[in-house]
Amino acid sequence: MSVISSTKPAMPKPSKPWRATPAQRLITAAMFIAAIVTSYVIVAITPLKGKLAYSAIFFASFVIFDFIYSRIKQGKSAGADSIFRGFVTLGIFIALIPIASILYAVISRGYKGLHLSLFTTDMHSTPPTGPIAQGGLLHAIVGTLLLVSVALVISVPIGILTAVYLTEIKGRFARPIKFLVQAMSGVPSIVAGLFILAAIVYPLTKTFNSFEGSLALAILMIPTIARTSEEVLLLVPQDLRESGVALGGTQWRTVAQIVLPAARGGLVTAMILGIARVAGETAPIVLLTGGGDTKNWNIFHGPMGSLPFYIWKGFAAGTKESITRAWAGILVLLVIVLALFVTARFLSERKKK
Amino acid sequence: MSSTLTQKPALPPKREITTEPRLSDKVFQRVVTSGGLSSLLILGLIFIFLLIQGFQTFKSQGIHFLTGSAWNAAVNDANQIDAKNSHFGIAAMLVGTLVCAVIAIIIAVPISVFSALFLTFYVPNSLKKIMVSVVDLMAAFPSVLFGLWGFFVLEPVGEYWAKLLHKYFGWVPFFKMEAPFFSRSPFIAGLVLAIMIIPIVTSISREIFGQTPLDRIQAAYALGATRFGMIKAVAFPYARSGIVGGAMLGLGRAMGETVAVYTVLNIVYKINWHVLIGAGGNVASMILLKFGEATPGEVKALMAAGLVLFVVTLIVNSIADLIVARSGKSGR
Repeated sequence: MSVISSTKPAMPKPSKPWRATPAQRLITAAMFIAAIVTSYVIVAITPLKGKLAYSAIFFASFVIFDFIYSRIKQGKSAGADSIFRGFVTLGIFIALIPIASILYAVISRGYKGLHLSLFTTDMHSTPPTGPIAQGGLLHAIVGTLLLVSVALVISVPIGILTAVYLTEIKGRFARPIKFLVQAMSGVPSIVAGLFILAAIVYPLTKTFNSFEGSLALAILMIPTIARTSEEVLLLVPQDLRESGVALGGTQWRTVAQIVLPAARGGLVTAMILGIARVAGETAPIVLLTGGGDTKNWNIFHGPMGSLPFYIWKGFAAGTKESITRAWAGILVLLVIVLALFVTARFLSERKKK
Repeated sequence: MSSTLTQKPALPPKREITTEPRLSDKVFQRVVTSGGLSSLLILGLIFIFLLIQGFQTFKSQGIHFLTGSAWNAAVNDANQIDAKNSHFGIAAMLVGTLVCAVIAIIIAVPISVFSALFLTFYVPNSLKKIMVSVVDLMAAFPSVLFGLWGFFVLEPVGEYWAKLLHKYFGWVPFFKMEAPFFSRSPFIAGLVLAIMIIPIVTSISREIFGQTPLDRIQAAYALGATRFGMIKAVAFPYARSGIVGGAMLGLGRAMGETVAVYTVLNIVYKINWHVLIGAGGNVASMILLKFGEATPGEVKALMAAGLVLFVVTLIVNSIADLIVARSGKSGR
């Protein structure tokens, strides 16, 4: 072994000709600085003003410098390429700016509403103008937990059965069902709320409770769970199904004991994405749950608070304190949703390896 | 020897070979099929129940429900809805919904397509995963967050941009102003919606750009194309119909959005094509706005409006799905 390895010639270090050379980097940096200078100069000598003017002139001048350089150095098509590269980069910047702005707004405004008793008290004795340190969102967390759990219990069987139908049975309804699931994911959330009002609240119960809210959330959750589960079940190797059948298993036992367990992690991801989809859903919650200010563990009786409703109420009350509370509520909600999302990402990344 | 050969072991009776599934499989298939058909059931029930609740309004208002713009619920002495003197028309709301959604699409589609191109062909490999995650993450932001952010952060900025647009492009018919009232206009609602649908349109476009056949890309490079030349000749023609579908999907999402529009749009019951004026319409927001104070008769009219919204979004989404499903087979 050692003989072979010692006779092996030393591998030449692979060169990367597509990489930017130091000289090119320097030129890019020079253009960058020149563009900044140009933007300051033009803003100073013309009536244009504001951040918008700075960034627009900076962008335009950078693209023009880059274009002139590429045009002279490499010709016409390279010039066009450099302009297009400028626009593509601008596109991703514009797409990312709102994300940064939203995160900044939520954190900078939300942290003012955070205090120790936020997670141990509810709002039953706090008026909208009450001091920030008073009251909390315990009732909202309890409510969101109940609403989402009940919605999950309803939508997971339906969602997974739909996915199993699409991937395992592949019957003659497979194409229309796929189409309908896709169409269902576009149902506006307020329509789901109105449907529960029309089908359950007005004809039957005539009161608002959390179960009705959960039904509306389930309608919004089913397509997410069904589509994600379908993708996951398609990833299960066909060999596993064939071995199940070869061992004498019926289709039912193959699916229940081989396919679904093999896709377990992915199905959990589907559930998490479903939760993340509906946890912040506001319109049906406002229509259906009544939005109480105290803890309520009974899903069939009494108004139920929840995080979106807490935020909504704080915003609608309009006082300084209540709006700060709303931002704090958003911060909590966003942390929950992002944690769910990152968990789902993590699980599906691990699955692929 | 011979005795062992002739002595036959007691074999179990031959199993009947059949393609007939076992009972357990029959039950399984029935259960799964009925579960799969639930989406049809739910969509059907939504249509039927909203129709039942809204039928009275459709009957009393007739075609004016779709062509009229007035919305006033007259109540008679018995606190019942007075069908003769009430006027329910959602023309202004439908037009407003369309205007906001179209503004959103006009702003969001170029940004999304450029971002998708960046994320597919330009981004350094080390950054690709994290940038894709960040953009996808934005799709998970709850709509109430966009509502508050739009109201407190974007609204002042949007007003400033609206004034700039009016100052420099005031001659464009859509940007005319009868009164200098810039706040809570369809333009600002369209901006919020654009920001909401950018991640959706981006991720659909990115997936389709990612499916561009590698051999065609490499063929373009081998013929001496720049990256722009490759995108123009190969990637864009391949992805075009998918992008159109993604934009339609974004349109459907923008039309059904409620809370984010509610906070940044001033609802006025009159058709308004001038997008910078603070007066617009939106079916979903109008339902949420009116629901709190509505009498039972007016709720029926809201149900009818909900049915119209449901049907419209369903049509838009279905067309979008068909286009997206067909895409990828086209292109040169």
